[in-house]
Amino acid sequence: MSDRANDSQSEVGNEWPLWEVFVRPKAGLEHKHSGSLHAADAAMAIQLARDVYTRRQEGSSVWVVRSADITASDPRDKAAYFDPMEDKVYRHPTFYELPDAVNHM
Amino acid sequence: MTSIRLQMTAPLHYVLRIADTCLIHAQRLAEWCGHGPVIEEDIALTNMALDLLGQARALLTRAALIEGEGLDEDRLAFLRDEDQFFNLTLVEQPLRKPSAHAAGGDFADTVLRNFLLATWLKALWQRLATSSDAELAAIAGKAVKEARYHQQHAADWVVRLGDGTPESAQRMRAALARAWPYTNEMFVRDSVDAEAEAAGLGPARDALHDVWRAEVAEVLAAATLALPAETPFIATGTIGRHSEHLGFVLAEMQVLQRTHPGGRW
Repeated sequence: MSDRANDSQSEVGNEWPLWEVFVRPKAGLEHKHSGSLHAADAAMAIQLARDVYTRRQEGSSVWVVRSADITASDPRDKAAYFDPMEDKVYRHPTFYELPDAVNHM
Repeated sequence: MTSIRLQMTAPLHYVLRIADTCLIHAQRLAEWCGHGPVIEEDIALTNMALDLLGQARALLTRAALIEGEGLDEDRLAFLRDEDQFFNLTLVEQPLRKPSAHAAGGDFADTVLRNFLLATWLKALWQRLATSSDAELAAIAGKAVKEARYHQQHAADWVVRLGDGTPESAQRMRAALARAWPYTNEMFVRDSVDAEAEAAGLGPARDALHDVWRAEVAEVLAAATLALPAETPFIATGTIGRHSEHLGFVLAEMQVLQRTHPGGRW
């Protein structure tokens, strides 16, 4: 999928704004990004998201956000932002020995 | 392939009225497939058509059992003739105008018809959930959720277009003027209705009028559309006497099965 953050710049003329759709599956805990659609406003976006992205019983909750409101990290910064985590394993919570009484987290 | 003739009884007639209304409206809505104003709405309309088709299938299956002569949903849908279809005349009216020379309306007609019909079906399904026929009650329990969504989606459009630009408002008023006379048929009470009511099978159509009218008036008011004047016109599709349009709808819907009877793929 193309970088959606850039599409907000193509809102010209009569085009409806672009919205990103997030769907939470029935048994799930978080909303996952499902795709995008065009709609005139938030109410329409929710209805269309239900029609386009939940027709195969994908979920039980829908969020829509204007694509223009999403700020994404710059792919050119990927190395500086994310590579340093590779060798910082001490930041993971796996070095504590839990007493048996609480050892099923 | 020869047409079938049904042995009519009041319960069968009652169920077929609902089944055929759903079936023919689904068939008309499907005309929008690939031609929606935007792709998202194209999917929404065809989703609705599939919901209605599902309702029609369940009802036709039940109707076949009520008729008791070993028919099934497919033969009922594809081998009956016009005079044994009992849909509301409203739903056989042309919907999407396929070309400049053909009959048909615009998107306003579609959203309005969806709204008027979904409001009617919702009221009907709510009452059918307590039908003395367990199968009908089960179908209604599922279908009412679909009708609620169809109504909400269509009402949203009616308000957007009615309270929209001068052009959209004018088109909505025209669509309302075209559809309104056909709504009287939704509330006629005849012997089929009376028998169904007495048997606890389902509500007589006139029992739905107040609830329907209240909900329709509310949405039309929000859409800044005036309620049209009452007319004495009563359409007769529910007694098998149809407008000139049903024949064409059935011809297209039935030709494949009639040409290749029992065909499966």
